[in-house]
Amino acid sequence: MSKLIPMPSQYLMTERDVDKVPILEARHLGIDFGGLTAVDDFNIAVGRTEISALIGPNGAGKTTVFNLLTKVYHPTRGTILLDTKDTAGMNTVQINQAGVARTFQNIRLFKDLTVLDNVLIGLHNSMNCHLGESILRLPRYWKQEKEAKERALELLSIFQMQDLAKYQAGALPYGAQRRLEIVRALGTNPKLLLLDEPAAGMNPSETAGLMENIRKIRDSFHIAIMLIEHDMNLVMGICEVIAVLNYGKIIAKGTPEEIQANPAVIEAYLGKKKEG
Amino acid sequence: MRQRIQIPMPVRYLINGALVVLLFLLGQFLIANNIISSYFQKILLQVGIYIIAAVSLNVATGYLGQLPLGHAGFMAVGGYTAGIFMKSIPLTGLPAFVLAIILAGIVAGIFGVIIGIPALRLKGDYLAIITLGFGEIIRVVLLNIDSVLGFKFTGGAAGLMGIPKYTSFPVVFICVAVTCLFIHTMMKSRHGRAILAIRENEIAAEACGIHTTYYKTMAFVASAFFAGVSGALFASYLGLLVPGDFGFMKSIEILVMVVLGGMGSMLGSVLAATVLTIVPFALQSISQTVADYRMVIYSVLLIIVMIFKPSGLLGTYDFSLTRIIEGLINRAGIHDGVARKGEKSK
Repeated sequence: MSKLIPMPSQYLMTERDVDKVPILEARHLGIDFGGLTAVDDFNIAVGRTEISALIGPNGAGKTTVFNLLTKVYHPTRGTILLDTKDTAGMNTVQINQAGVARTFQNIRLFKDLTVLDNVLIGLHNSMNCHLGESILRLPRYWKQEKEAKERALELLSIFQMQDLAKYQAGALPYGAQRRLEIVRALGTNPKLLLLDEPAAGMNPSETAGLMENIRKIRDSFHIAIMLIEHDMNLVMGICEVIAVLNYGKIIAKGTPEEIQANPAVIEAYLGKKKEG
Repeated sequence: MRQRIQIPMPVRYLINGALVVLLFLLGQFLIANNIISSYFQKILLQVGIYIIAAVSLNVATGYLGQLPLGHAGFMAVGGYTAGIFMKSIPLTGLPAFVLAIILAGIVAGIFGVIIGIPALRLKGDYLAIITLGFGEIIRVVLLNIDSVLGFKFTGGAAGLMGIPKYTSFPVVFICVAVTCLFIHTMMKSRHGRAILAIRENEIAAEACGIHTTYYKTMAFVASAFFAGVSGALFASYLGLLVPGDFGFMKSIEILVMVVLGGMGSMLGSVLAATVLTIVPFALQSISQTVADYRMVIYSVLLIIVMIFKPSGLLGTYDFSLTRIIEGLINRAGIHDGVARKGEKSK
């Protein structure tokens, strides 16, 4: 397991990434819904090739953080720096084009379309032929469609799903749908992949396969992966940095070993020991 | 696993092109030899016009998944544009008509942008209401604009008269073929996939980097463009346009075609448009009273379809001649394979 190095500010980063600019930096991020502060003073830095996790009890604000990072919600306070560029004023589409892709806790596939079409939609921005070229079927259309299809099958083959390409996405088993969502997100050519509970609803062997694949994706695409997950085997098994969220605030940051031994984390999950 | 035989792309286009040409020649032959009487020819032209209207509405309803109720408004814009254009230019004959059709599409498309950008910020019922309002506005404007302008422009309630009648079988046939081809090729490209993605899940589409407002407007404009084309054909078919032709009921009639045929199925739209255009004429030949009740029949039909097959008669199924041919070849191939296997096992 890699070593964590404290950065000049209050961030931690894996040793391997420490000399490089972090891909994502959130500073004093916060959002209020009416009078409710869902996330407050959220600080994090994500190294370029690290696998990190955001954990915490239900309702801690983990998915809200993802929604803030992808600008589904606009933060009330704080800044998000993506590759050192401020993302203020950007929308979800621009964030995606800037290199952040995500999956959803409740799967959001294009259910009536084929598996291949789902991935091709992820590859939408890697093609640039305009409407006229598509309608008139000019050479650039054929070339790009062919390339995109090959790329899509290649991406599907990460999860050995290339044979499912012609099936309807909604007809796939649950685990395969989760994997397809990851493939679709990878299609947008991200620098940072946000996975919202990727192992939810998977059986232990599927989870083990997923762990291996997440690591494989990081190693072959050289991207950062941040995930929300309740399956502690997965989190402790592959994540190099973990941030624990409770009531919208980070209560602990560190390596899996440090988090496991942290009394504040244990308290958040299991409650306080009875006095006396 | 056996390798399935796939027909390569150029051959597919050739097969489909050949089918279209064949149909065209068949129609021409039947008309030339008076096998189709001039009465049926008129019905045939109307069928073509409604096919274009239904197929274009299908883009917004079936593919984009919105529910606009102002399709007749776009037809009116196209019809009046073509009518006024043809009456005011010195050019006559087919070139004038072709220009008029294209112009009608473009003007209707511009209206599509103007209406689409605000309307598409709304969803479902709200979008339906705003587009319904738009359709009515168009009709009322066409009715009253003459007295506002102070000179003859649309002809008001009396109608726009003396539009040259150029709508003929070849023109309508080519327009139908081009409409279907353009919409088909648009939908089978990255743009079409983006439109389908918005229908399926807007939030996920945005997360995939798809500019949803842009593609919604694109679909809406494509829909308006071809509605304008059908309006132009309609104008030159009747030779006389009355604002009352493009009322709310017309929009509903076209919507019924799309919904009945199956939202998202081009073949469905084509078939439903054909059947529902012919039915009133057929009923008329039985008795006028039955024909008067056709809207009642439509509604009952629609309710029945919505109860028993909510996705429409054809769902999202689309016809593909090459797929059928491939299927036949492959089936034959599999039988061969089985036979050979049987021999081996002996």
